[in-house]
Amino acid sequence: MVPLYMAFIIGGALCLIGQIIMDFTKPKITPGHILVGYITIGAIISGMGFYQPLVDIGGAGAAVPLSGFGHLLAQGAIEAADSKGILGALSGGVASTAAGITAAIVFGYVAAVLFNPKD
Amino acid sequence: MNMPQNQQLKQAEAAEYKALVDQVNPKPTYIKNCVWAFVIGGLICMIGQIITNGLIKSGMELKAASSLTSVSLIFLAALFTGLGLYDELAKRAGAGTIVPITGFANAIVASAMEFKREGYIFGVGAKIFSVAGPTLVFGFVISVIIGLIKVITD
Repeated sequence: MVPLYMAFIIGGALCLIGQIIMDFTKPKITPGHILVGYITIGAIISGMGFYQPLVDIGGAGAAVPLSGFGHLLAQGAIEAADSKGILGALSGGVASTAAGITAAIVFGYVAAVLFNPKD
Repeated sequence: MNMPQNQQLKQAEAAEYKALVDQVNPKPTYIKNCVWAFVIGGLICMIGQIITNGLIKSGMELKAASSLTSVSLIFLAALFTGLGLYDELAKRAGAGTIVPITGFANAIVASAMEFKREGYIFGVGAKIFSVAGPTLVFGFVISVIIGLIKVITD
């Protein structure tokens, strides 16, 4: 099992990079760009094989940031492409992230219905 | 004769104006922002690790445990966004609350909640994707590209 302090350090470092990017590109890079950028770049790094070592060291520190979500997408696509070819390349990414995406949409919808925005 | 003097005056004015702007503008708080982002982002990931380790101890395999960890964090983030607490934290923690998967859930709930008055189907149901949509589009596209590269190179 990954020790808690490693999750803290790796996770904190990934967030720190995001903060530096945002502070130095203000106001061009918005939180939305950070979300999209982390998933896309995480998937690319994962596809090249460099993200799994970070997950091995940092555990949730690498899996919880959105780059870890990109990693799941990439690894899902690669594994499914291996076993099922083109059909796998199409379905693998979504299949491996289905739980997270569905949870976000369902919990998100319920929360938005139950609560009202503060002004 | 008059021109260079005018230009000099203009330059002096510009410099004065810049000094004034610098005085009024709040000083950028880069260091403080970075510390907040690191600590809060690190703590959110550490909570994730606590959940993962607990699930592994109870006999779950790593892949399932880490998937359920994401789902739990998404649930918590949706709840705390609804209660208005997540955005309070986000004001200080910046990327520390955006980069973790909780930031994704926060963006979904926050944008959906804003459009309640437009109805539950085309208000909440549509706006839920105003931030999640681009994220999923790019995520799916890149995953298919990576999958296809794997098919071709095999």
